[in-house]
Amino acid sequence: MILLKNGMVYLSNDKKIIKADVLIEKKVIKKIAPSIDEKNAEVIDCAGMHIFPGFVDMHCHLREPGYTYKEDIASGAASAAKGGFTSICCMPNTKPAIDNLSTLDYIMRKARDVGKTKIFVIGAMSKGIEGKEIANIATLVKGGVVGLSDDGNCIQVAKLQLNVMRYASIYDIPMICHSEDYSLSGDGQVNYGYMSTKLGLPGIPTLAEESMVSRDIMLADVTGSRVHIAHASTKRTVELIRQAKKDGIKVTAEVTPHHLVLNENACDGFDTNTKMKPPLRSEEDRKSLLEGLLDGTIDVIATDHAPHSDYEKELEFMKAPFGVIGFESAFPVLYTTFVKTDLIKLEELIDRMTSKPANIINKEVGELKEGAAADLNVFNLDESFTFDESEILSKSKNSPFIGMNMWGKIYYTMCDGKFTWKV
Amino acid sequence: MKHTLNLAGRNLFDLDVYTVEEIETIFETAKVMKEINSRDYKKIPTLRGKTVATLFFEDSTRTRISFELAAKRLSADVVSFTTAGSAMKKGESIQDTVYTLNAMGMDLYVVRHSCPGVPQLVHKYSQKPVLNAGDGRHAHPTQALLDMFSIWEKRGSLKGLRIAIIGDILHSRVVRSNLIGMKKMGANVVVCGPRTLMPPKIEEVYGVQCEYDLKTAIKDADVVMGLRMQLERQTEGLFPSLGEYTSRYGLSNKMLEYAKDDVLVMHPGPMNRGVEILPEVADSEHSIIIEQVANGVAVRMALLFLILGGKPGREVA
Repeated sequence: MILLKNGMVYLSNDKKIIKADVLIEKKVIKKIAPSIDEKNAEVIDCAGMHIFPGFVDMHCHLREPGYTYKEDIASGAASAAKGGFTSICCMPNTKPAIDNLSTLDYIMRKARDVGKTKIFVIGAMSKGIEGKEIANIATLVKGGVVGLSDDGNCIQVAKLQLNVMRYASIYDIPMICHSEDYSLSGDGQVNYGYMSTKLGLPGIPTLAEESMVSRDIMLADVTGSRVHIAHASTKRTVELIRQAKKDGIKVTAEVTPHHLVLNENACDGFDTNTKMKPPLRSEEDRKSLLEGLLDGTIDVIATDHAPHSDYEKELEFMKAPFGVIGFESAFPVLYTTFVKTDLIKLEELIDRMTSKPANIINKEVGELKEGAAADLNVFNLDESFTFDESEILSKSKNSPFIGMNMWGKIYYTMCDGKFTWKV
Repeated sequence: MKHTLNLAGRNLFDLDVYTVEEIETIFETAKVMKEINSRDYKKIPTLRGKTVATLFFEDSTRTRISFELAAKRLSADVVSFTTAGSAMKKGESIQDTVYTLNAMGMDLYVVRHSCPGVPQLVHKYSQKPVLNAGDGRHAHPTQALLDMFSIWEKRGSLKGLRIAIIGDILHSRVVRSNLIGMKKMGANVVVCGPRTLMPPKIEEVYGVQCEYDLKTAIKDADVVMGLRMQLERQTEGLFPSLGEYTSRYGLSNKMLEYAKDDVLVMHPGPMNRGVEILPEVADSEHSIIIEQVANGVAVRMALLFLILGGKPGREVA
């Protein structure tokens, strides 16, 4: 038994924070109460610390199989644990893609062996994520995938997307859509607008995202399937989702910490750690994402953890791959930028990183309550640190937040009653 | 010499971080260099013992020769690198290429690349001054300096001049640097071209006027600059035909009537005669296109001289 004493505990049922003790027995949270005395327990003094449910990330890339020089399941899980995550969902753009049972089984088995975090798998929508033929969706669902997506290989042909949604609509899983019309984004590198003009780089217009979001919302309406808009980045995307929700269409959405915190100006200077898809947008877009998050239009925060090796990122801007890592900076960046400045309530932030994503993937994770799995983390919110490249556990170091001073230092992460990260 | 600013060790990625006084220092120095270029014996020993590496990852004729000539006239050793025939063909990265050259003792790099930001990358790996000789669509500051120097020579100042730049604004690095420099030097700049060849928010980024009608753009202009229509853009659906483009944006004598009587006609080259500029204009008394090329050598001599440690003034001659 483990007894966490005197912490400020977030209660998932009430969405509020109280001073309490938490008793963990084996894999389960046995008791939460103002004061617990248990002689046989290992006691950890959490005075001055906050105890949150383990974070749930419904969008990340673990790169295994196929790209283990960037990340593998073990290094990704370790990085997630250090960020306070206890459940993560990996995208299917591996090599081979997760469009078959053997790859799915391999990942699930490896995840169990690693054990540092719960790993749920997103299956492919199309075979080989090539956007040509519908994948063996029923098999994948039976195998345990929690969602479907072709992610960055967004299906361009509307008829195929329609068929995928129609076919999958009998299963209650989300269609996770990276929304991008390639004919509009082309060889774009940064947001089409101020920065693309200033830097002379080809731009990715907001329209490339919005036209696809419109399409997928309409397809969700027609098919009755659940559509989840991945990493929303524009003002009009937020408006489209807001309207769709009003219209009763089953749509949910996520936003990343980097799109919430940074705008396109971060690209000035050609740092490839600011190169991502969708690109960092205008300040007006960024503010709209925050508004959307606050009013519930955007449901969850997801990291889109996308590791790339240094030799891939330290290239000419146009040759470097898109994407940044996110596990280890997500909470402190958001806490520093929004909670410390009173823009977001701490309880709200925790909800968007725990219960909300868990609901979308239909998993009973990310809850701090008696009887739930002992998935939690412990942060000292009054302690600041500099996000240092040398301390990152991910194999990759491609973060735009390196060097940033952050508040909220993590001390412990626990998954199924076992410590997966300790300072 | 009016100015005595020290530019030693500086990079020139673009003109944004250069002050008016620094740009005028470059002009004053270029004037002296121009005199050297008019001598029978066009060489001075100032940069003897220095090594300039010209890294041209992208094809170029005039800029590369202009830089190499400038370095040689100052007696620097020149190492000329082009991608063709280099280890980059074997997959070597820019990082390793620069490490290799740096180990051989380069003092300054001149960089041309099709990707924006590569001059900064070369500086990151070399820690030596870098002159941007054109990076993608981003910047071409030495071209902008020679353009501005050519106007400055003729008019004494750019302050208050109306300068119209016509053509493919979207893909032009020359324009971007010129807009920064010309605005900084007090000119009123208007850009003009088809809407599909106009970058977004250009007025906001550079504080310039944007027009889609040629007559409006060049009305009362002191300077009209044509830009090369990049013929390969035709396949991208950005404009329907060269004929339609020329009829709307080609610089002809008839069009020049809208400009001031003593208008200067410029073009950064290479020209598509009969497309963006008609021969009657390119070869007219208003044209200073050939002088621009000559001034390019003088301006680049001035930059190499100032950045490699020369002080403006008596040490030049």
